Order: sequence, then C-alpha cells, then structure tokens
Amino acid sequence: MSLTDAARRLFRGGVHPEQHKAESTHTPIGSADMPERLLLPLHQHIGEPAEALFAPGDRVLKGQTIARANGYVSAPLHAPTSGTVLGIGEHPVPHPSGLVAPCMVIEPDGEDRWIDHAGHDDYASIDPVALRNIIREAGIVGLGGAGFPTYIKLNPGHHKPIETLILNGAECEPYITCDDMLMRERAAGIVSGLAIVRHALQAKEALIGIEENKPEAIAAMRAAVAGLEGVRVVPVPTIYPAGDSKLLSRILTGKEIPSNKLSAHVGITCVNVGTTYAVHRAIAHGEPLLSRIVTVTGGAVAQPRNLETLLGTPMDALLRQCGTRMAAIDRLIMGGPMMGIALHRADLPVIKTTNCVLAAAAAELLPQRPAMPCIRCGACSDACPMNLLPQQLYWHARNKDLDKVQKFDLFDCIECGACSYVCPSNIPLVQYFRYAKGDIWIQEREKEKAQLARRRHDARQARIEREKAEREAKRQQKKAALDAASARERAQAEAQSARQRAEERRDVAMQQVQKQRTVPAEGTEPAATEKNEKNRAAD
Amino acid sequence: MLTAVLALSGLALVFGLSLGYAAIRFRVEGDPLVEKIDALLPQTQCGQCGFPGCRPYASAIASGEADINQCPPGGETTILALADLLDRDPKPLNPDNGAIKPKTLAVIDEQRCIGCTLCIQACPVDAIVGAAKQMHTVVAAECTGCDLCRPPCPVDCIEMVPVQQDIRTWKWPFPEQKTAEHAR
Repeated sequence: MSLTDAARRLFRGGVHPEQHKAESTHTPIGSADMPERLLLPLHQHIGEPAEALFAPGDRVLKGQTIARANGYVSAPLHAPTSGTVLGIGEHPVPHPSGLVAPCMVIEPDGEDRWIDHAGHDDYASIDPVALRNIIREAGIVGLGGAGFPTYIKLNPGHHKPIETLILNGAECEPYITCDDMLMRERAAGIVSGLAIVRHALQAKEALIGIEENKPEAIAAMRAAVAGLEGVRVVPVPTIYPAGDSKLLSRILTGKEIPSNKLSAHVGITCVNVGTTYAVHRAIAHGEPLLSRIVTVTGGAVAQPRNLETLLGTPMDALLRQCGTRMAAIDRLIMGGPMMGIALHRADLPVIKTTNCVLAAAAAELLPQRPAMPCIRCGACSDACPMNLLPQQLYWHARNKDLDKVQKFDLFDCIECGACSYVCPSNIPLVQYFRYAKGDIWIQEREKEKAQLARRRHDARQARIEREKAEREAKRQQKKAALDAASARERAQAEAQSARQRAEERRDVAMQQVQKQRTVPAEGTEPAATEKNEKNRAAD
Repeated sequence: MLTAVLALSGLALVFGLSLGYAAIRFRVEGDPLVEKIDALLPQTQCGQCGFPGCRPYASAIASGEADINQCPPGGETTILALADLLDRDPKPLNPDNGAIKPKTLAVIDEQRCIGCTLCIQACPVDAIVGAAKQMHTVVAAECTGCDLCRPPCPVDCIEMVPVQQDIRTWKWPFPEQKTAEHAR
C-alpha cells in the first residue's frame, strides 16, 4: 500500500470547501513594487517582541538587523531594503484584535544596498548548533502561518532523536497558492533547505507532503529530490485541513502526537516549504528573512497572482499592483477563508506570517448568517479531524465551564473551522473555542500573578516580623546594657558615697583629734609638758 | 456467645488503636480549608473585604465569620469558585465591600513625588521602590492595583491607571450576542 493510500485511510473528518486556487496560479511569481514606506511590526512571531536597535533618523542597509531577538522564544528583524528609519511607534498591525503595536517605519532610499553578507558552500561541514544559530540570526520563523521561531524546532533538545522530517507543502486552505508556486518554481532551493534542516536535526528520513491537487508542484519536487536517499514526495488527499502539522504528521507516519505534546515527542518535526526555502537562502546565500511570497487573490482582484513581497509592504499597495477595485472589497482577510483573520483596514503591513491577502467580493464567501440553536445533528463531530466532540465543547464553552471544556480536550483543537463550516445552524463553534482558550490562558496568567503577589506579601510579612523581632531584641539588649551600666554606676556611686562617708568620718575624727590637741594645750600633751617641766627646771 | 463478644471487642480494640495511631501519624498542621480558600483569592491584599489581607479573609470564611461575596477584585469568578469549593449558593458581590472595577495599576507622578516613603510602607507586595527624599516608582509587573498606596500620599501624586489592552493580553471575545437573540 502506498503512503498516499495510507494517508487517505488515516484521515478522518475534514471538509471539501471550494478550492479557488486556479485563479492565482496562471502567472509566475512576480515581485511586489517597492513601496514608499515599510512598516515593520516588532512582533511578527510567537514569543517575545524583538527589541529595536535603531533610532529615528538612522540609516540602515538591506539585511541589517534592525531589532534583536529578546529572549529564547523570539526572532530578530532585518531591514528589507536600505533606507532611513523614520520612526518607531504604535501602528495598526494585522491581528484579529485590530489593536496597535510597536512598529519601525523605514523609508527606502531606492538603492537597495546590501550589508556585507556571505553564504556557506558546504552546509554539511557546519556543526548543527552553528547552523541553528545562523537560522536564528536570520530571523526565520514558521512561514506557514504560525510564526514559531524555526531554530527552536530544529533543536531536538532532550527529546528522543528526530527520525522523520516532514516538509509541509499540503497547503489545504482555499485560495492560497504561495507554497504551490514556490514548489513549482524554486524546488531546488526548497530541497537544498530540506537537506540543511535534515542535517541540523540529523533526521533519518524526510517526507514531503503535497496535496494531490498540485500535480505540477508534485512533479517539480519529485524531479528535485531524484537521487536523494531517504527523501520521498508523498501526495496526500485533498481534504481540508490536511495541511495542519499535527494532522499531516499523523497521516504520513501513522503516529499520533499525544495531547499537550509537541511532534518532537514522537520523533517528528514538521516544517513548511516556504520556511525551508528561507533556510536555504540564509545558509547558502547568507540572506536573512526579508521577503516572502504572498498570494494576492479574491473576487475583487483583477489579476490574482503571487508576489515576492518585502516584509512591511502595505497590503493596499499589493492589492493595487494586482488591479484590485478597492471599493469592491467586501471582506479583506489575511490568510485563507477558513482560518484567516478578518482585517478592517487595507493599509496594514505584510508580516512574516502573511501567506495570502484575500480581497473577497460581495457574496463570494459564505455570508455570516445568524446562528440558530444547536439541533444536535453531530455533523461537527463527523467533520472534526482531531476526533473531538465540538458539540460538547460548545455547550461547555457557552456556559463558560472552563474545567469541562478542558476535560473534552479543548487544547487539542487546531481551530481549523471544519465544524463551523458544516454546522447547519451556523453556530460559530471555533469562535467559542478560541474564546474558551483565551479565557483559560488569562485565568492561568492571573493565577500566576496571584501566586507572585502572595509570595511577595508573605515575604513582606516575614520581613516585618523579623524587623520587629530584631528591634525588640535590640531594645532588650539596650535595656540590659542600661541596667548593667546603671548597676555599675550605682555601685560606683555607693563606693563614692562610702568613700565620702569614710572621708567625712575621718575628717570628723581628725577634727576631734585636733580639738583634743588644742583644748588641753597646756597640760594634756605629756611630751610638751615634760619639755616644759624640763625647761622650767633648767631655768 | 463469648467468642463473638471477644472477637468484636478485639476488632474494636485493633481499629481503635490503628485509628488513634493514624490520628497522630497523619496529623494535618493548620487548616487545609484556609489554604484552599486562600488559593482562590486574587492576592491583591487590598483589604476591601474588611480583613487585613487575603489570608485573614480566607480564615474568616473558613470559620464562618465572613461571607464569600466580599472580594471585589476577585469578582464573579472568585465568588463562583468559592461557592463551588464550599458547596454554597453563589450570590452577588456585597456592595458594602466595593464594586467590581477594571484592573488598574498604580502610577507615581515622579515630578511631584517628594520621597516621603509613606506609599512604600503601605504597599502590601513591596511593589514600590525608592528611599527617603528620593523619587519613588511603581514596579508595574508586581503591582496588584490594590489602591492602598494612594490614600497615604501627602501630595496626591499616585494615580490608578486602567491596564491597557495590547496584542499580547487581547483575547477572543465571547460570541454570545447573535446566538442569544436567535435562540429566543
């Protein structure tokens, strides 16, 4: 049995939304025009935001690090072209919240002058640790949509060794074709990156999963891997969401990733083809991640196509380049119609995770109909590719019963939206699950904060007690010292007074003696009397 | 007859001794219920419940002196959790203890601070740094927003600022509205 058949057998659930992929694959990958301004959010990845290294007015070169990674789970940011830093400030960013976030604004000088950079001819001679560092410094994060720093994925750490490297080229979301076009046109680069990643992980085999609806990409990749040992291109069934990394790992290897565990736990690492291509550019050419391929498509776009776009390019510039009637845009989405995020303005920048800008015309996507009560049909459970019970999760999430939703494995939900897609009552199931996840995270965070406050309060109480005890001890000591001192003083005073008394007594005695001497002056002194008598006799 | 009496007395003796031993051997120090209640409280140490801190309030609840609805910073979540733990009926927050307010942080206007250290002494979690006649400042990560530092300030330079939501603290809202309307 071929791996494709096995994958078909292992797939459970899933849906078949309309593809809409052909529109954007007629034209080869073009390059986006240089915009007037590049708006670079400092937080384009999972983890801590990067830390800006330049101030307004500074000049930067193409490829220069403009913001450094801040912590382990973080990624640096590079200047996509040479120019001047106009400022660092809060600007709207592509995020479901529609909030602002710190961004660096760069005005291109048009010269596109590179910083000194050089690639490595032979990746195999580089130590895996050094390879990971180059990938980290190149700011590469998962380009499939998650934005997780790639170098962490390539660090197997203390998990069991990685046996299988999975290259994700499934691209199951409707409309998006950036990975498809990349595989068709730049298969050699992807395979070079695959070899580097495989070397970094020391993985035994590599499987390239591509949905069956991309025959050109499959052919191109097959041609590129010909002759490579342990690398296989596996067409996977065209069912949404075959491109989810957990699901792809399962259908390609038959290994289920345990709840709350990473794929590395079962010896698998899954990397997107775009990410692999970026790794190739970083190692072989010394180029950090400056641009990505973005699918610009949708009913409002006259010439849907893929464009190699500098990070920070405003989406409206891309849309205009593809001849979009801006007034005809009904819904603007970053990503696909299933998992993408709705944007409420078009001047948001392209970031590392922007795989598609979808400008849908009116009535093109399923309208957001009002939700009706759940009729318990169970269609959601049939559609769920992760074997969850969306109906049960929905009840508990709706009742805000956060313990129960976790018992029904909420955190195994990949938020693919298959359940919402099939729901005959139009219940926005995924939104409930996202809400519940967010609420649980916030509660966890608050609990942690409470723990911290408790520790600090206890420490303060202990300190106050200690200080009090110390003060008391000091007081006691002082008192004792004082007592001792006063006792000594008293003793001294007593001695003094005794001495005084003694002296007084002696004085009194002396006086008495003197008195006695003076009173019987003519008679009482025998010697004198004798003398006198003698004197008298002599006379 | 005698065998039965002896057997039962023997059993009673054995069980009595083992229970007595267990009571000494596995004695629980302190009241575990207080610990459990304290773990549910938000640890702001603000004293709005009428007790000097979260732990005293926890022991007051455990001993039945205080009700479970006296903690404004904890709000509905804490009341529900306490009701769940103690198997009591949840009730709305007691308005005498204050109202549920959005989370705040203390911010010192450093231009106006005279360095009197009164706020430092008032802070229950040591979140204010400074020294006598030196400017003071609040360590935002440690501040619980309890509002205890504000009253003692002689120059009113401390302000409670609502915590701003940013991308990292944002969460998906509850999608209730549309459903509820149509469920009726």
